Amino acid sequence: MAMEILIALIKIIVVMGIVLLTVAYLVYVERRVAAFIQNRLGPNRVGPQGIFQPFADVLKLLFKEDIVPKAANRTIHDLAPIISITVALSVFAVIPFGNTISLFGKEIHLSIANVDIGILYILGLSSLGVYGITLSGWSSNNKYSLLGSLRSSAQMISYELSLGLSLIGVLLMTGSLRLQDVVVAQYGWRWNIFLQPIGFITFLVASFAETNRLPFDLPEAEPELVGGYHTEYSGIKFGTFFLAEYTNMIAASAVVTTFYLGGWQFPYLDRLGLPVIWISIIQVMSFLLKVAVVIFFFIWVRWTIPRFRYDQLMNLGWKVMFPLALANALGTAFVVAALG
Amino acid sequence: MRKGTNNNLEEKKPVRREDLSFWQKAYIPEIVKGLGLTLKQIFKPKFTRQYPEERWEPTGAFRGRPVLVTENGVERCVACGLCARVCPALAIFVQAEETSLEKERHPAVFEIDMLRCIFCGFCEEACPEEAIVMSKDYEVVFTDRRDSIYGKDKLLVPMEQLKERLEFLHRYR
Repeated sequence: MAMEILIALIKIIVVMGIVLLTVAYLVYVERRVAAFIQNRLGPNRVGPQGIFQPFADVLKLLFKEDIVPKAANRTIHDLAPIISITVALSVFAVIPFGNTISLFGKEIHLSIANVDIGILYILGLSSLGVYGITLSGWSSNNKYSLLGSLRSSAQMISYELSLGLSLIGVLLMTGSLRLQDVVVAQYGWRWNIFLQPIGFITFLVASFAETNRLPFDLPEAEPELVGGYHTEYSGIKFGTFFLAEYTNMIAASAVVTTFYLGGWQFPYLDRLGLPVIWISIIQVMSFLLKVAVVIFFFIWVRWTIPRFRYDQLMNLGWKVMFPLALANALGTAFVVAALG
Repeated sequence: MRKGTNNNLEEKKPVRREDLSFWQKAYIPEIVKGLGLTLKQIFKPKFTRQYPEERWEPTGAFRGRPVLVTENGVERCVACGLCARVCPALAIFVQAEETSLEKERHPAVFEIDMLRCIFCGFCEEACPEEAIVMSKDYEVVFTDRRDSIYGKDKLLVPMEQLKERLEFLHRYR
């Protein structure tokens, strides 16, 4: 039992360390990619090619004064960023980043918790994430913050439907809510992106909306709402929201990879006859690579597509994404039933 | 009657651009096009000039910090005070003095307050001796307001360094 706890702790430390480091570097990567897309160079002064920029940013945020509006609800104002970051980090608990390995005669699952309701867990957490944003906007006692948080709740609730419905397709194909099973079922080239292209598109679009990334970043919408829900945040509390946003992005990329891009699967790796340890390493690497590609896609889209208007967002969510996801779920159900 | 009004409405119809086609309305092909465009931009050359290392060399037409021309170590200025007179920002102060040199007069004190200077170039235009010209120096930096007054030590520049500006003045003035 003690061994189990120790293994779990090691896994948590490793995964959280990687995630937090990636988040720091994601801000840097985002700024660099943005600059390159706009024919600029971006931050390249701190260290060689600017690779120490994230640390400079974090230090700056740490030393900034934490200003709370007089009329704000202090408790909830403090709590909101904590909710956001907790929810964002919790998603990584169920993401499988490799196949089960045997080490020192013990079976080790390469995910922090190999729970059998992984899909439900992720859906539940993505709904919880709204609270951080909603409460932050409400507790700031600022009309722009409140508008931002209202928009975000409406947006997240609208897109959660298509998010869940697109996952039903995956669920029907796999027959299991365990994420490890979802990945195992995508053996070879049987990735869900090829089997469920419509589900993939609806899920991806919904993920963009859930993470408040650019075509759907209405909760922030800086030209309209000052800073949206985090207008009244400063210092490290603002930094925490920032962290949560980017953690959400990594989480969304990891989830998309797990559900649709075959997770840690490397097509027909077992036929190459490599040693077991190499197979595990390649699997973990291919998972990380896929996540990186999806993250790059997230950034790339942000600097390509302008923001949707609020009514366009709602139209797209309810009149396009929702029926499409529903049709996809029904279609998959028929096919699965017909093929037995 | 009704038909008439209808026709009327049709005449007043605003000019309308072509309706979007089905594929344009479906977003995704258009988004893919946009993504292609931004991806291409990533590999294009960048416009950024990495300033402290890569400096911009202005042409002769550039109006930088005004300086006093020296010819073989002797300043051209005869301290007539026209530049101080014409200066709209009242940035120039000149105090004349007699010398034993050919020109008989030269400035004992010549000061330009760089906090007042607006780089208009009137001093250069007014100068009968072509003694004060605009240099290429655009990096006017000091950390104390008292340092903003540039005296002769900073203003005197050999003619050779101002060649391009002098040539420009000869050609276009």
